[in-house]
Amino acid sequence: MYLTASAIDLSALLLEARASDGALCLFVGVVRNESGGRPTSGIRYEAYGPMAEAEIARILESLATAFPAVRILVRHRVGDLKIGEASVAIAATAPHRGEAFAACRAAIDRLKATVPIWKKEHHPDGTSDWVDPTRK
Amino acid sequence: MRIRILHFASFREASGRDEEQREVAERTPVGDLWKILAREVPLFARFATPPPAAVNREYVPPETVLQEGDEVAFLPPVAGG
Repeated sequence: MYLTASAIDLSALLLEARASDGALCLFVGVVRNESGGRPTSGIRYEAYGPMAEAEIARILESLATAFPAVRILVRHRVGDLKIGEASVAIAATAPHRGEAFAACRAAIDRLKATVPIWKKEHHPDGTSDWVDPTRK
Repeated sequence: MRIRILHFASFREASGRDEEQREVAERTPVGDLWKILAREVPLFARFATPPPAAVNREYVPPETVLQEGDEVAFLPPVAGG
């Protein structure tokens, strides 16, 4: 399971990722306190759960072909998140840093592009909006 | 034939439902199903082209022909991460 309704445990993820491999690249996405200049009070993440799980698996399968020496772990949070909470974490381990950075970057870029997860930003004035990255 | 449609995020709010069963003609392409929904949901009618569609939890092109029992979802712009 890549999706989790409870807080992402980064220590547990690092323990699971730790290898005698040489390089470990960790990316953590964190809820920001503003969006496009407007203050944000929190974010609700919603997923098409079964498809999101399948899509992340498809991405990891294709990255395993592109980066055969890299092992990648993914966690994505769903539900209501506060400012500063981790929404996504990706750990890539490899013999050398170059491929660990590259695979980690590719994983987050592809996750953002195709995994069916949505976020609704809540503002301090009580309004909220679904985020549409295609409009930014 | 009968299919199941799931609605998420802004599409769920616009359609007022998260899930529905619907009868459609045999050999209906998924893009035509979007046109049927767009006649009922004003937000959907504003799309010049259908949004990305998934059948049975996998992205498919709009010409994909639906089968009895398919799980169909049209996906608003994704924003994970």
